[in-house]
Amino acid sequence: MGSYILRRFGYGVLILVGVNLLTFFLFFSVNTPDDMARLNIGGKRVTQAQIDKWKSERGYDRPLYWNDAEAGTARLTRTVLWERSISLLALDFGRSDSARSLDIGHEVRTRMGVSLQLALPLFLLQLVASIGFSLLLVFFRHSRIDFWGVVLCVVMLSISSLFYIIVGQFLFSRVLRLVPISGYAPGLDALRFLVLPVALSLLSRLGTEARLYRAMFLEEIAKDYVRTARAKGLSEAIVLGRHVLRNALIPIITSAGSYLPYVFLGSLVFESFFGIPGLGAFVIEAIAGQDFAIVRSMVFLGALLYIVSNALIDITYTWVDPRVRLA
Amino acid sequence: MGFKFVLLWTDVVLWLMVAAALGHAFRLRRRPEQRATWMKVLRDPAALSAGLVLALFVAVALLDSVHYRRELAPTASAAADQPAYFETRTESLLERALSRQVGMREVSWSAPLATHALTKEVVETPEGTRRDWPRLLHGGVHLTDPAADWRGDVLARSARGALGGLAVFTLVALGVAAGLARATQVTLRAAFGDLVRDRTTLPLRSLLATVLVLCLAAGPVVALMDVYHVFGTDRTGNDVLVQALRSIRTAFVIGTLSTLATLPFAVGLGVLGGYLGGWVDEAIQYLYTVLSSVPNVLLIAACVLMVQVFLDKHPDLFETGAERADLKVFLLCAILGITGWATLCRLVRGETLKLRELDFVQAATAFGVSRARIMLRHIVPNVMHLVLITTVLNFSDLILYEAVLTYVGVGVDPSTSSFGGMINLARTEMSRDPVVWWSFVAAFAFMVALVLAANLFADGVQDAFDPRSRRVRPRLRRVAP
Repeated sequence: MGSYILRRFGYGVLILVGVNLLTFFLFFSVNTPDDMARLNIGGKRVTQAQIDKWKSERGYDRPLYWNDAEAGTARLTRTVLWERSISLLALDFGRSDSARSLDIGHEVRTRMGVSLQLALPLFLLQLVASIGFSLLLVFFRHSRIDFWGVVLCVVMLSISSLFYIIVGQFLFSRVLRLVPISGYAPGLDALRFLVLPVALSLLSRLGTEARLYRAMFLEEIAKDYVRTARAKGLSEAIVLGRHVLRNALIPIITSAGSYLPYVFLGSLVFESFFGIPGLGAFVIEAIAGQDFAIVRSMVFLGALLYIVSNALIDITYTWVDPRVRLA
Repeated sequence: MGFKFVLLWTDVVLWLMVAAALGHAFRLRRRPEQRATWMKVLRDPAALSAGLVLALFVAVALLDSVHYRRELAPTASAAADQPAYFETRTESLLERALSRQVGMREVSWSAPLATHALTKEVVETPEGTRRDWPRLLHGGVHLTDPAADWRGDVLARSARGALGGLAVFTLVALGVAAGLARATQVTLRAAFGDLVRDRTTLPLRSLLATVLVLCLAAGPVVALMDVYHVFGTDRTGNDVLVQALRSIRTAFVIGTLSTLATLPFAVGLGVLGGYLGGWVDEAIQYLYTVLSSVPNVLLIAACVLMVQVFLDKHPDLFETGAERADLKVFLLCAILGITGWATLCRLVRGETLKLRELDFVQAATAFGVSRARIMLRHIVPNVMHLVLITTVLNFSDLILYEAVLTYVGVGVDPSTSSFGGMINLARTEMSRDPVVWWSFVAAFAFMVALVLAANLFADGVQDAFDPRSRRVRPRLRRVAP
């Protein structure tokens, strides 16, 4: 187990280096720092002196990949690529490019809590609701309930999440006035603001997930141990709830685990529609303001979370299924 | 009047895809086993009906993919040999067909089938000026007294449209029955009996039911759209129905082109990695792990921001605004493809690993067939079913994704009509008072119809081509008659 985690960690670092190179190449090769400076300072006439000042303030005034002015290893280290990469790998996100020059690390820490408040209950409720609904369909398989349940799933997954949001906001906030349209308050007040986004997000993904889980359960139900369990005289509910559910957990964990990074990163669409100041809304603002430093940091953070959650999923396998050995 | 055909990038690719599909259909004539699999798709009632709806959407999208610029009438002072000048506006065949609706431009919002504008304005009357809802410029102008005549006129036109739809349906049903009677060599009456009792090889009864629903829905719309705005008008007074119809092409382009752009990477690298193994495989696995570990939206946003700057710096790449918008859609598809090939690549690699050990590949190796040839002739054809399934499954996801991307601000150009753009505008319109709901409803109706049809068709294709998925389909047990 120890050596497994160590190797996993090594490969994770390697992937992060790759992600960093990729984003760096994307951001700095197509657009030179001069272009970014011009974009960020704005206005029609931007002098070279302004650009140079902007660049030196943010540390973009070095060569990108190779510094000929220096000697020895400094040729490689005194470059934008090296300095940016090393600080990112040490989880120091630096400051944003915009005029406000936000401390990205601080923003990430405060906003991640808000994102978690929305995403964590959603993640757990989603799991319970999807498994519950799909088990219900499997219990009534080959009946009208199953047929129309799947039809409902297909219709629901054909509707864009944006429609759920707009209709939900219109119905519950504007017409019925049950919850505020958007906004956020810390503490217990947050509940009022979070109820609608959680419910709508749940609804918008239920169709996809329930149908997927239903297929997984049906695959499991065709196996021999299920017939044995029935032959023992167990009721269908116990067969499904105790035997099939446990054995179908591995594919369920795999598919639900892919959402784990977004539990921390938050949802772009839901946070910005409901005015919740989480990480998702942060990214949208950064994209709209063309703040590359923030987008780059978030890409890195996302990749990091993805790697960590994948490792977690693999470790969970051993706990769910003792036959799985990590090597 | 001369024309100058404009070949937009996406047009070229769309038509090439149509040509490829026709070529594949032609080749099917000599391949009974592949034809049998496609027939299995068509025998699924839901897939057949969805296929018909999709075909209609494809027709609209293709009509909207023939672009041209009209020649301007020469001025009086022009020399005889001067070159012809063309309008800057690029038009498509769909716009030509809908030229009346495109021309029915109002001042601002108006409700569906309305005769008056949504907001009050100062109106001049013989008695002086007062604030009132002004009459629309085009919607319902043929009515002298809208308050009294409007309801009757709308009902009469809808009824006429529905009757027309019924007539079309009757013709189609007669044609189908006649064809069936000839094919099965029974009388027309017996063929009708078979149709009604659903005793045909293909589920023709479901197909005809779909035709009936489509005719009944389209008939009144066609009858009303010449004199009314069936789905109202938007903020700038443009007909919402036209916008929704034009959005279909954007959805199709994004849904198909993006998957097409993934294929070189996914199939090429997947087969290479799986067949060659060793360090090539390691490198390819590393590459797609890196790509898939970045949150997709962020990567796409980053790429689109880059493209935006690139387009701003190279204005020489396009002649007109339409070409610029189209290039942006094209590049968006390329970005979606380049960032989205990891999943399919993983599937193809896994399948190749399995195929590599099978006897026919071993036999080819024993005969001394080169590795490149084995990959091209023996492995690639055997992973194509994965490509097909992924393409049809991705199609609807990509259409939904476009809406989200456009909302985030990294989607298509605002001048390109797309479902994402319509929803985006509808968001602010829904919070107005009085509520402007029709853009939203139109986008919803068209988008759900398209995505639902695509999903149902994709399920049928998956059932037929993927042997593993067949059990999962819910089926009601048929009661024996």
